[in-house]
Amino acid sequence: MPHALTYVQQRENGGDMTRHIISIGDFDRRQIDRLLDNAKRIDAQKYDKNALTGKILATLFFEPSTRTRMSFEAAMARFGGTSISVGSVEACSIAKGETLADTIRVVSGYADAIVIRHPKEGAARLAAQFASVPVINAGDGAGQHPSQTLLDLYTIRQSMKLDGINVALIGDLRYGRTAHSLASALSLYHVHLHTVSPKGLELPTSLHADLSEKGMEITEYDNIKDLISHVDVIYVTRIQRERFPDSASYFNVASSYRITPELLQDAKKQAIVLHPLPRVDEIDPRVDLLPHAKYFEQSKNGVPVRMAMLLQVLQ
Amino acid sequence: MKKTENPENEGLLVRRIQNGTVIDHIASGEALNVVKILGITGTTQEALSIATNVPSGQMGKKDIVKLSNRELSKEEVDRIALISPKATINIIRNYKVCEKKGVEIPEMIEGLVRCPNPGCISNTNEPIRSRFLVTPKGLHCTYCDWVITKDLTSHII
Repeated sequence: MPHALTYVQQRENGGDMTRHIISIGDFDRRQIDRLLDNAKRIDAQKYDKNALTGKILATLFFEPSTRTRMSFEAAMARFGGTSISVGSVEACSIAKGETLADTIRVVSGYADAIVIRHPKEGAARLAAQFASVPVINAGDGAGQHPSQTLLDLYTIRQSMKLDGINVALIGDLRYGRTAHSLASALSLYHVHLHTVSPKGLELPTSLHADLSEKGMEITEYDNIKDLISHVDVIYVTRIQRERFPDSASYFNVASSYRITPELLQDAKKQAIVLHPLPRVDEIDPRVDLLPHAKYFEQSKNGVPVRMAMLLQVLQ
Repeated sequence: MKKTENPENEGLLVRRIQNGTVIDHIASGEALNVVKILGITGTTQEALSIATNVPSGQMGKKDIVKLSNRELSKEEVDRIALISPKATINIIRNYKVCEKKGVEIPEMIEGLVRCPNPGCISNTNEPIRSRFLVTPKGLHCTYCDWVITKDLTSHII
């Protein structure tokens, strides 16, 4: 059974699968590996600095973003290209009641590619449906955020091979889109998943079933201490305050999922700690100084990975 | 209508139609949902007859829907397969069955079912119709990836 988007895009684009990047689920392992290989070459400065000269990227961010937006703009600039944006959502035509479909059709006439972040799930797929230029999804509500997953994979691959490793997912695994997409991508690499999350914020049952069906081994833990010595990657996600009835219960839960230097004493020597950022209380700032800490490296990797994505859709 | 000698067949539950469509072998209890799927309401023009829980040799019990003066298109017919895959369609012209066909589960359905995900872009004022892939697990929203696994008829638009 082809993935939903693959199927729709094949029908709509006559089989042209390189045009849009909407979901990590649209990639097979070979395509992911190729993109990460390209990012590695770019990271090593082996690229044409004028590869996208004269090209324009439109960044349509209907939700706040710091890292994603800036790193896409930086990626475009590194190739000699230009970025344009709508500024604030309040200032754009959506605020006047224009549909996203119309906005996309109009912006298609101004730019060679569109990067979109939108609060509604499926917005990027709708954009791909109406755009006459390639669309890259930079996050659609609780849905997909493929560039984050690709840079997560890239960062892991800098430290170890992806095949057969043990990865811990910690924190809010129910609502965290980054954790969902990463888990799906890792299922292509025979990874053993270890999860620990507050009650009620566990991995959604449907996703758990999907991953198990793909042959992924998943072990759930009650306590972070129980898994720390088993894993090669510790992927931490933010537990949001609004998921809890009051501040006291939030702090009570959040403190038991906090990564500290003391906790990491039991970790494997080569284990790495990742976080999509922004972090709040999940990682003790003292961890920043330890060799395990790779989250700032991970954030920096957003540029070469997004450069590879831009090259894929624009060349 | 002529009565038969066999008292079991005596008096058909619903009258024969001159022209139109008879949907037979509908899973028992699903007739009203078939009508809903076909978009037939009190304000549409068709003369409609429904029989439910009719004894059936093959199925034990079945439902039947008869529509006068309307021949269903293939797309309409295949939608019925979503809730009643054993249904058969008889196109009637001048009291005779001119065509008899089964239903096929469609690969994709558009504009029939509303996505239950309130955060899905298909539930906004965008100029699109809802679109679902029909998969072994259920109906898969091609916009937000939500999968409807049960109670399909409650989501019909």
